[in-house]
Amino acid sequence: MYTTDLTKQPGKPDNVKPIGPAEDSALVAAFEARVAADEFIEPKDWMPEAYRRTLVRQISQHAHSEIVGMLPEGNWITRAPSLRRKAILLAKVQDEAGHGLYLYCAAETLGTSREEMIEALHSGKAKYSTIFNYPTLTWADIAAIGWLVDGAAIMNQVPLQRTSYGPYARAMVRICKEESFHQRQGYEAMMELANGTPEQKRMAQDAFNRWWWPSLMMFGPPDENSPNTAQSLRWRIKRETNDELRQKFVDITVPQAEYLGLTVPDPDLKWNEDKGGYDFGEIDWDEFYAVVRGEGPVARERMTARREAWESNAWVREAAAAHEAKRRERVAA
Amino acid sequence: MSDWPLWEVFVRTKGGLAHRHVGSVHAPDAELALRHARDTYTRRMEGVSLWVVRSADIVASDPDQAGELFEPAADKVYRHPTFYDIPDEVKHI
Amino acid sequence: MAEQARPHGAFDAPSDAHDPIRAGYVLRLGDDSLILGQRLSEWCGHAPSVEVDLSLSNLALDLVGQATLLLGAAGDADTLAFKRDVLDFRNCLLVEQPNGDFARTMVRQLLFSTWQHLLYQRLAVGTDEQLAGIAAKAVKEVAYHRELAGEWVVRLGDGTEESARRTADGLDWCWRFVPELFEVDAELEEACRCGLAVDPRSFEEEYRASIAAVLQEAKMAQPADQRPILGGRRGHHSEHLGHLLAIMQYLPRTYPDAKW
Repeated sequence: MYTTDLTKQPGKPDNVKPIGPAEDSALVAAFEARVAADEFIEPKDWMPEAYRRTLVRQISQHAHSEIVGMLPEGNWITRAPSLRRKAILLAKVQDEAGHGLYLYCAAETLGTSREEMIEALHSGKAKYSTIFNYPTLTWADIAAIGWLVDGAAIMNQVPLQRTSYGPYARAMVRICKEESFHQRQGYEAMMELANGTPEQKRMAQDAFNRWWWPSLMMFGPPDENSPNTAQSLRWRIKRETNDELRQKFVDITVPQAEYLGLTVPDPDLKWNEDKGGYDFGEIDWDEFYAVVRGEGPVARERMTARREAWESNAWVREAAAAHEAKRRERVAA
Repeated sequence: MSDWPLWEVFVRTKGGLAHRHVGSVHAPDAELALRHARDTYTRRMEGVSLWVVRSADIVASDPDQAGELFEPAADKVYRHPTFYDIPDEVKHI
Repeated sequence: MAEQARPHGAFDAPSDAHDPIRAGYVLRLGDDSLILGQRLSEWCGHAPSVEVDLSLSNLALDLVGQATLLLGAAGDADTLAFKRDVLDFRNCLLVEQPNGDFARTMVRQLLFSTWQHLLYQRLAVGTDEQLAGIAAKAVKEVAYHRELAGEWVVRLGDGTEESARRTADGLDWCWRFVPELFEVDAELEEACRCGLAVDPRSFEEEYRASIAAVLQEAKMAQPADQRPILGGRRGHHSEHLGHLLAIMQYLPRTYPDAKW
């Protein structure tokens, strides 16, 4: 659903080291030239260790976000208010499972197993998008997630279809194609609410109030505090900066909110003729970093649910593996 | 507590086309690998046929040898029809 | 009974939907799919692996789709799904059983999908055109459900000691609800007489043989017959259905005037 490069503290790269002297400078130069020429890097190609590590971190964060992202929306599948909405939501959350799967597979081509990545998620070592640590309180939250969260996700993901690492780019092409209905269904559900009964309108505005700022945070820290951005841009792992994407999102979304008759919960929001875009209020970065550190309102619930699903069903994975081992033995005998 | 092995998935999108690599899945065995491939990669009518093969069974060429493997073909221009000049009046050659 | 379930003049019913025998029969089928689809959707996000999550969602989506068509053939699908109370639901008891662990979910699926497959094969060539059309589409989905569930039961039954025990527990839990699938009450008898329904007893032997074959491959003992628990087709359900409905119906019931 979404990725940005999440570091634990502002201004400090946590994993990426500059290319060390240990690596052959001719290989590095050739690699940099290929990337600069917009060539794709494939799994068995030589790549700098830092590139590999950055990619594993970014792709697995992205995969974790998809998988954890199933939970807030999954919370409403059994309560969807019509058969049509139930099918749509189920199909959407299923897509997220699929997207997580594509991304885990892309990351695995870099030599890290899915199990290791899942282990890192469950131990709290790996990060995922902050947005999923907010609760879904009403049905309008489902509409708001589709419209805003998927809207922000699309903005982040479209450029990644041209990312330099082949398997990641191909996964993103597939994801973007499949995700095109996600935002539309959200906006459609929101229209129904915004034009509905007074209770529905209230739900819609309340959900918008709660999801607006976390959606803006999805683009990651401001550029001056995004330590890995320059290198990621050079390596074509990232194609636009956090602030550029955030601005784009605001400019597109504000008129959509106006069409719905919803009020953007930002008193500082105003059109700036000179820059041809909106000026908007200060994002609460303390909250952002708190949520990144795992202090989001439902972070514990999310992690508990993921760990439980994985651990309480370990016997299923073991049983199927044991069955296959027995079958092979029988064939060999 | 180990994860299942990885399988590569190939989909024929319609009759007349070759199977094409689309991604991979984890599965304990071949039968379930096919099920997982179907449930993951053909949810939107993307396919009429599926192949799965254990990722570990794929033998790939070494990119470091790409030069010796693929560059010698570069100067064999006579293998391409455009290498030959035939007057336009002569048809169906 | 089914008459009460229908809201008065609130939908464009096909003319023959006013035939209470037909509406009652179609409701049984639709409720089976709806309730099992609802149960399976509870797994979403919590399955043993990402791949299995996708598989279970596919089953649930198929079933919700079937329910939409079948309830639509009995009246307004959403009104029927979200505005009836427990006494008016006509599904069998098996499908409303809580998911339990993955083994019980797969056993339940095998026991139901095998029955549904044999039934829909016959309905697909039946005399009621609309029902035959729905069954013809659904029979392919259900064939897949049956095979997938069978493959899982085989793996779990003949996997580890723990998985075999869990599968046996799941089987033990579900087995008492199997006779209801073959129960023929007066209403069903009437539906069979007018050529609309299929008498399930006509494929009971095939059903038993098919389940036995899967259990044998799974190295599972055939469970001893238990005292049948009946009542779902008359609206007398287990305690579980009320809770399922409370969750499923909460929004349309809380906001009766709202459109979604």
